[in-house]
Amino acid sequence: MQNDTTPAWVYIVIATAGVVAPLLFPAYTNQIAFLWLMVLFALTWDLVGGQMGYNSLGNIFYFGAGMYISAVVQVGMFTDVGTYTSARGGEQLVLGYFDYFYSLGAGVLLAAVGCVIFAVILSRIMFGLRGPYFAIGTLGVALAARELAGTWEWIGGGSGIAMPVYPGLPDEKSLVFYGIFFMLAVVTFVCVRWLYSTRFAQAINAIRDDEAKAEAMGIHTLRHKTVAWSVSAFFLGMSGAVFGNLTGFVEPLEVAFPTVTFGIFMVVMSLLGGKGTLWGPVIGATLFHVIKEVTWTYLLGWQWVALGVLIIVNVVFFQDGIMGWMQSRWPERFGITVDASMSSRGGKRKGGAGA
Amino acid sequence: MLDNLNLLSLAPILNVQLLLDGMFVGAIFVLAAYGLALVWGVMNVKNLAQGEYVIMGGYFAWHLSTYGLHPILSIPIIAAVMFGMGWIVYLTIIKWVIGRDLFTSLLATFGIALVVQQALNLAYGPDVRTAESGFEIRSLFGGLVTVADIKLISFGLCILLAACVVLFMKRSRMGQAIRATAQDARAARVMGIDTERVYAFTYALNAAICGAAGVLVSMIWVIQPFYGVPHSIRAFVIVTAAGLGNLPGVIMAGFGLGVAEQYSGFVLGAEFQQATAVGLLVVILVWRQIQMSRYRQVVE
Repeated sequence: MQNDTTPAWVYIVIATAGVVAPLLFPAYTNQIAFLWLMVLFALTWDLVGGQMGYNSLGNIFYFGAGMYISAVVQVGMFTDVGTYTSARGGEQLVLGYFDYFYSLGAGVLLAAVGCVIFAVILSRIMFGLRGPYFAIGTLGVALAARELAGTWEWIGGGSGIAMPVYPGLPDEKSLVFYGIFFMLAVVTFVCVRWLYSTRFAQAINAIRDDEAKAEAMGIHTLRHKTVAWSVSAFFLGMSGAVFGNLTGFVEPLEVAFPTVTFGIFMVVMSLLGGKGTLWGPVIGATLFHVIKEVTWTYLLGWQWVALGVLIIVNVVFFQDGIMGWMQSRWPERFGITVDASMSSRGGKRKGGAGA
Repeated sequence: MLDNLNLLSLAPILNVQLLLDGMFVGAIFVLAAYGLALVWGVMNVKNLAQGEYVIMGGYFAWHLSTYGLHPILSIPIIAAVMFGMGWIVYLTIIKWVIGRDLFTSLLATFGIALVVQQALNLAYGPDVRTAESGFEIRSLFGGLVTVADIKLISFGLCILLAACVVLFMKRSRMGQAIRATAQDARAARVMGIDTERVYAFTYALNAAICGAAGVLVSMIWVIQPFYGVPHSIRAFVIVTAAGLGNLPGVIMAGFGLGVAEQYSGFVLGAEFQQATAVGLLVVILVWRQIQMSRYRQVVE
């Protein structure tokens, strides 16, 4: 069990920063909101990829599925989806405050439930695959969903669905959605933190370390894997639903199933921070997002090349990430006792990246 | 969709067109898939940058053709250039990935793929291009079936290239060393084979094969910086369906995939052609899993 030994002031600082940030920098509210989204991405990816050792390249599927479910629910509550989408965004739903938030709530909730159902079904199909096959298979699912969403006319096909218009002013909208993203990230973190302190975390870590032995020890591996992926899908679905409403427009290629942007960012952020740790994804997401936002515009088209180089360097030369590096540098600060007679160099690491 | 099926049964000659086109592109898929199987089997690296090497070769051929060099003549040059590039990529990146856990190679080569796509995009722009080969198009059966001469030539070149590679693997000293390393790297090292060099050579050879395939793609089809991903997925579909070290299987699966894509493009609509490879990948993985589950084993 990974008991969280983080001092209380860290949480207080983060919580205050989260509340104060949009008031201090009102021009950057959306960027900071995306930071919380990135934290959520990294945390949900790490639950399956880092802690359980199932490296998925297709978690973005739940993001897009949640977005589409909420879009259909929100539009479907007020008008016929087929005729609405066939108008090609020519008309947009204009709602009052009550209707808007009522439909938003329903959309987000159903998106979460729908994604959990998807996760349970996909677990049955995908979790027989191991290692690279799982990664490629999940990537295939995400790409297939993207192609299907692009050809399904009822949900707008390639031209997408326009979401209902926010009833208030743009600044107010930014603040409201900032609040939602912040809350989502906090809830995800708290849930994941709680999960990591239970026997469940031990079970999924055992699956990561040696699945056959874990099964021999009596762990129902498929059930544990399904639950872990469902938790991940639950939060991803909600975040997708909220993201669709913030963007105001749902479209399969760039918004709903951005396989090469958000889908890869999740993995890179977790690896950068150190996978298989509680704080690694948060640190990685923060670092990645800040670097990206600051340097993106100065790289003049080279930003994607830089991202590719970052992935290569990170994966090949710095795979343990920041947390992993700190754990091997100062093991005693993480409650890891080093047996000097047993360790060959410096210290022996507990946890960290699985084989 | 049903109309298209009806059309096929009313005019059976259209099937010939679809089969021929499927064979012509399938032959190119076989080349890329064989390269993937080679790297996968010898050094256990899953190269996700396979399609990007194909597109890269295509762009080099297109670039040379703007200087007046015919794409067919540029094949040896491009194979040599891609061979050198593959060697450099091996020394800088792949070398550190061998023997690490399986996800590392996947993600590292994904990074390579991203860099290559974006660099090509910066260099040549996002336009769809075709290298002009200047051959005629023949009509058969009163114009119902058209066959471009270049497709026939590229089919012949595919067979020639594949034969060269197979002969090289069977006959040459290096080919022998590669096969020995694939069987047991440690034993090969004990026997005095420089496995580092074998790995580098294998990866470079793969890049060269892909580059040559890319030249053919640029002549009979279209290239675009981001069209590499479908090629990578096709290579994975073929290798996963056929299994490693199964050349006849790779050839059959390649032709099958080419034909399947043509049919789904015709029956379901052109927008589904891309989805076919992805859908087949998922189906094959699931099918293999069901097949394996009988033995209570995992797909590894």
